[in-house]
Amino acid sequence: MQVETLGILGIIFGVLARFWPVWIALAIILFFSLRFRERLGLYGQLFETGVGVAGVLICFFWLFTAIFAGTVAPFDPLAQFPIMKNVLPGAIEPESGQAFLFGGDRLARDVFSRMVHGSQIVLIIAPAATLFALMVGTTLGLPAGYYGGRIDSFLSFLANLVLAFPVILLFYLLVTPGIRETPIPQWMAGVFFIFPIVFFVTLFWTRYRSRPQLLAIQLAVTLLIGGWAYVGLVFDADPLGIISISSNQLNIFVAVVFASSPGVFRIVRGLVMDIKTRDYVAAAQTRGETPWYIMLWEVLPNARGPLIVDVCLRIGYTTILLGTLGYFGLGLAPESPDWGTGIKESSRLLRAYVHPALPPVFALMSFVLGLNLLADALREQSLKD
Amino acid sequence: MLGFILRRLGVMALTMLCLTLVVFFLVNLEPNLKKLAISQLDMRSSAEELESWLQKNGYRQNFFVRYGQWLGVVQKQPNIDPETGVSSPRFSYCDEPAEPYYGGILQGDFGCSTKFKVPVAEKLFPALGATGILMFWVMVVMVPVALLIGVLAGMREGTRTDRTLSVASIATTATPEYVSGVIFAVIFASWLGWLNGSAATATRQGISFYNFTLPVMTMAIYGIGYIARMTRASMVEVMTQQYIRTARLKGLGFRAVVIKHALRNALIAPFTVIMLQFPWLLTGVVIVEVMFRYQGFGFTLVEAASNNDIDLLLGCSLVSVFVVLSTQLISDVGYAYLNPRIRVQ
Repeated sequence: MQVETLGILGIIFGVLARFWPVWIALAIILFFSLRFRERLGLYGQLFETGVGVAGVLICFFWLFTAIFAGTVAPFDPLAQFPIMKNVLPGAIEPESGQAFLFGGDRLARDVFSRMVHGSQIVLIIAPAATLFALMVGTTLGLPAGYYGGRIDSFLSFLANLVLAFPVILLFYLLVTPGIRETPIPQWMAGVFFIFPIVFFVTLFWTRYRSRPQLLAIQLAVTLLIGGWAYVGLVFDADPLGIISISSNQLNIFVAVVFASSPGVFRIVRGLVMDIKTRDYVAAAQTRGETPWYIMLWEVLPNARGPLIVDVCLRIGYTTILLGTLGYFGLGLAPESPDWGTGIKESSRLLRAYVHPALPPVFALMSFVLGLNLLADALREQSLKD
Repeated sequence: MLGFILRRLGVMALTMLCLTLVVFFLVNLEPNLKKLAISQLDMRSSAEELESWLQKNGYRQNFFVRYGQWLGVVQKQPNIDPETGVSSPRFSYCDEPAEPYYGGILQGDFGCSTKFKVPVAEKLFPALGATGILMFWVMVVMVPVALLIGVLAGMREGTRTDRTLSVASIATTATPEYVSGVIFAVIFASWLGWLNGSAATATRQGISFYNFTLPVMTMAIYGIGYIARMTRASMVEVMTQQYIRTARLKGLGFRAVVIKHALRNALIAPFTVIMLQFPWLLTGVVIVEVMFRYQGFGFTLVEAASNNDIDLLLGCSLVSVFVVLSTQLISDVGYAYLNPRIRVQ
């Protein structure tokens, strides 16, 4: 049976039209950002350079694609239409009359829908894992840089241990079906996920200790939300049943956090060692502030510039790591629509069909590029001050 | 300086000991041993048969005893059949003495690969040689190109050349190997047909421009951006120094100032960065070798990991950790050597 196809122009306009919610959202964001540029601080300054605008736009584009994935994608990412197997871009699915804008893959699924839905997986796991790594790295890097000595040697040794592992070997050892039968991912999750709670409790405790009423509210909220997320993520026993994570996702998440927190640790440690020689730290010490107050309320806010840049770069790096995991078929389900798995699937058949490979490749590349451009623009802005 | 190197070597040995212990623990987890036993017997074996195979081959001894045996500080016992009293090697394809002996990493015995059915050393070292060739060509392409881009961009900060080259290097750092590999294979192998999309022939027939360009290009491109950016930053900093202004005011040409005065100082930082690229190159090696089917170290590592070949995987980990740590050491020592200010302190 012959399948009708669209021409090149039809494909281009089809793709542009499918992204309509994204364009509207981008237009709104752009309008308000430009309108109130002066009042938006660092974010507003990004709009002064071409690099910054490009970075912001690309990142927002993928963010909105992930949010509106259900509307943008015409098909279900896992649905198979036998007639559409390996069809070229623009082929029209006879039943629904919708086009396979980027063609069909080996298993007759819509490549465009898979790319759009893949953005959801990437944009949830990569920033979340980066934030957890940031928490772990900061909580350990602050004392290492501030106290120095034994604590520093010990923590640095541990960080170097992890850094000496080639990432790929780490993943082959930590992300396997075998390890999911053991409690190791749970232990690691239990250790890593406690850090954000510890961080926020210390943060509030050091500052508001003299105001017990305010402190009690803050601690209660932190422990409630943190404990709820902790129980849901680590033990998969959320009493409300909202937070849950499958064992392979937990496995990936933990491995990615494990691989990237030593990097954050090193950066935070270096920044703290630099900042602790400043006068305002000496002033705080003279006032008799506790070490943790100085670390969290004097040193950390002044290290935010390089840290924000690093977080941008690191989200990109985590996206690359996730792609690597997908490319080697580790952790993620084989039919998962994420970009790495898509690249793995299609790169095997490159000789026969090129089109299923290109959308995930360009998606991953553009997202990481957007983050890198954003980081570059931020770095330039922070150097200006 | 000697004390510094000795201390670093000590830390390195300790790190390797810790890491091999962790790897040893992870590859010997119960599910992995089960998988190994099943692959050595067959799918239909009963649980008792699997257990007795593990028992017979010494996988059920104490964890630390086994680690000691692998390391070569605890004696390995020969595998004696209790009925006949005759000793036989555990795996028919590896020799094994009939009396207790020390045979571990420290004696240079890497064990026995259950996937390729040869001693690990026979598989691992040719693979390392193949990867060495790949790495050599990657370095030959990557380092000069990256340094050139970085120097050109950093020479005159803020010009159009600088902006273009900087954005180009950001773009290459956003392109991991599995992305650029696919793009290059599509362009050069599928559409133009100039190059071979597979390096499988390189192992048997030797490397050629036709089968080796794509892997080398793919690996080099990711590193180029990073090194170029570091070189640019370092070059920009050097170009604002007083002695550069002095040289310019003295009447020297721009070209002479850059080549004679700026370059040498600007290249210290990239040296460290290039050295610290090795851990990343190792990951790149794995991706590129799998993608282009080149039978080197990365290919062996993936085969070992996916078939749970314990000894081979341990050997691979040891080699990669060794490579990473020794490049760190070389980079530190080299930095101190290149930068006299550090040496004096």
